[in-house]
Amino acid sequence: MRYAIFLAFCLLASLATADDWEEHERYSDSADSETLRILSSTDTAVFLPVIEGFQKNNPGISIDYYVTGTADVYERFKRSPTQFDVVISSAMDLQLKLVNDGYASRQNDIVLPSWAHWRQSLFGFTLEPASIVINKAAFAELPPPESRQDIIQMLRARPTVFRHRTGTYDIRQSGLGYLFATQDARTSDTYWRLMEIMGSLNTRIYCCSGEMIDDVASGKILLAYNVLGSYAKARTDIADKIQILQPSDFPNVMMRTALASRHAHQPQLAALFLRYLTSSHWWQAEEGDALLPSIHSDIARAPGTPIALDPGLLVFLDRLKRERFVSEWESAVIQ
Amino acid sequence: MNSRVEISGSLRFRTAATLILGVTLLAILLFLGIRSYAATFAQQSQDSILGASLTSIIDAATLRDGVIELDIPYASFTMLNTATDDRIFYAVYNEGTLISGYEELQLPNLAETSEAVFRTSRMFGAPVRQVTATRILIDAHHRTRITASLAQTQDNLSGTLARISRHAAMIGVGFFALAVLLSIWATSMAISPLKRLADSLTRRGPQDLSPIIKPVPTEMVPLVASLNNLMARLDKSLTQSEDFIAEAAHRVRTPIATVRSHAEMTLQRVDKEENRHALRSMIRAIDETSRAAGQLLDHAMITLRADQLEVQLVNLYDTTEEIVLRLNAVAEMKDIHLTLTGSRSACIAGDSILLQNAIRNLIDNALKYAPAESCIEVEVHQAPTRCLVVRDQGPGFLIDEMDTLSDRFTRGKNAMGTIGSGLGLTIARDVAAAHHGRLVIENNATGGACVTLFF
Repeated sequence: MRYAIFLAFCLLASLATADDWEEHERYSDSADSETLRILSSTDTAVFLPVIEGFQKNNPGISIDYYVTGTADVYERFKRSPTQFDVVISSAMDLQLKLVNDGYASRQNDIVLPSWAHWRQSLFGFTLEPASIVINKAAFAELPPPESRQDIIQMLRARPTVFRHRTGTYDIRQSGLGYLFATQDARTSDTYWRLMEIMGSLNTRIYCCSGEMIDDVASGKILLAYNVLGSYAKARTDIADKIQILQPSDFPNVMMRTALASRHAHQPQLAALFLRYLTSSHWWQAEEGDALLPSIHSDIARAPGTPIALDPGLLVFLDRLKRERFVSEWESAVIQ
Repeated sequence: MNSRVEISGSLRFRTAATLILGVTLLAILLFLGIRSYAATFAQQSQDSILGASLTSIIDAATLRDGVIELDIPYASFTMLNTATDDRIFYAVYNEGTLISGYEELQLPNLAETSEAVFRTSRMFGAPVRQVTATRILIDAHHRTRITASLAQTQDNLSGTLARISRHAAMIGVGFFALAVLLSIWATSMAISPLKRLADSLTRRGPQDLSPIIKPVPTEMVPLVASLNNLMARLDKSLTQSEDFIAEAAHRVRTPIATVRSHAEMTLQRVDKEENRHALRSMIRAIDETSRAAGQLLDHAMITLRADQLEVQLVNLYDTTEEIVLRLNAVAEMKDIHLTLTGSRSACIAGDSILLQNAIRNLIDNALKYAPAESCIEVEVHQAPTRCLVVRDQGPGFLIDEMDTLSDRFTRGKNAMGTIGSGLGLTIARDVAAAHHGRLVIENNATGGACVTLFF
């Protein structure tokens, strides 16, 4: 009986998620045009200029754009790979696993440096550093933290100020949060000390960068760790309330990656879209208001080398390794 | 001289072909050898990395209070990074239950304590190299076995192999080309003494039958020895023939001349008409015999010499004039007017003895057949074609015999009553042929024979 209830619950849950998109937009060009279906973790607000640029260059193509979290992107695509033509995600490890497991098709005519693609199937098209976002007003009196060590010292010094008022990704929900966390942990033990102190100050955990940035702007939290700087930069409406910092000790630079499904209904369109995405067209066309830093732009190259697209990314996706990591994280953060 | 030689293959070709065939086989062996060595080597290096990676994974497994913990080191997978971004798959089983990794990865059956096992299999349709190892985990109260398997696609390996094959092929082709050049060179070197021998033989004069004295390679000693032997025999036989002909001429002519002079002397002394008639017939027969013998010997000499002309520059006019002067006495006896006209500078590279023979025979013929009180014109021309023409006012040739008259011992039907052996025109024709010329027989428009030697 309990089993049946559990099954029914799962079924309900899956039914619920079936249409439960964060965003779903259809950008039609004309009524009887071909449709490219894109599954993405990138918010429409940020990605819209790219889509518009693509449609301007290639008239007659409609785009169905589905947005959900990085982990959900992976799960949904794995469940129904025929339903989408292009998959875009900031969780490099999950994307790499999709390619490793044979879900992507090779695109031999895309030329990128070897660090920016894997197997000619997974292509990085942005370079986005993991950033610290702080509330400008709250830090008016304080020196802005420059490194993780600075944050640790600041939190230790002012526990009352920061209790319940810091935020970071819930790595159980967010694929990108997990990627940032594992890369942090791999690089330095500072990560664990930071998580322990944040956990002891009852840090808030978030599924997505957007909410975190909103909360920093509103003053609900004062500091958000491992946020996508590109999202924060894109929020021009709250630019005077927040400040974006790059930790100086070691930067984690993520590449937003895209792949074309091996089972795509529109393989030509998918290839065309990937070519556009990896070209330097879209950010040059949007000079000035390009919201995503392209791998071709000089500004994006500054923060440091991006997380390597290599099989090492698969290590933290190992079930036992992940369980171990998540439980350690939980014991540090959830108190 | 330019006799045809039956050809059976070429020594140079045969040697070169044998060498090249050997070289081709060697080149192919070289290519296959390098490739298989490289394949083994490349596979070994992939295996060693896979093995190291699997060891680092399986060593990371621990058993704590009966629970298996597996903390795969980051480097386990990064070390498998290749230029072609090969895919990797792994699976970890505990007593037959998958605890992590890909359930699709098939594991070979492993004995409990066996070493790591490598094999080539398929995963998701792609060929992979797979390594599987097992390990016993023990804690205070538990003992359990884990088996881990790691597989990697072989894109990089096949790329490496293709590259090595390409290089091996290039080395093979280079080796082949060099060896072919070398074989051709070696072959020419090997047969060059043969060519030198042939050249030196070709350059020799007709009379040069001396032995070859230049040193030759060992392999050619039997050939050169036989050749020297043959030439010595030929020289001896030629000398013998010439001596024989000279001896025969001497031995035949002298007795005939003696018999003739006796017969003439007897004729002076005999008065009886029937005896005189018999004697005249006899003298006539003797003349005929003498002439025939002379021509036969001439012909024999020509046949002997025609193969090896003693070529020198001969003035055709002077030679003819000499003969005309000598035969003028005979012509005057028959009241025949013998004239010589033409180009004084007509020269020919030829054998003077043969040419004299031919010219004498032609004028002799004309003298024989020309009626008394007629003219014989001899002309020598240098241009437009070098030739010697003899015209008489005799009966001429019968039209239907013209083709066959110059055959040996053939005489015209209208030659009855004239002394002759039927060899005169044959001699002239053979001499013309020996000098790459020809003999043309025709009748004058005004009657009489016209014989032309073209050179």
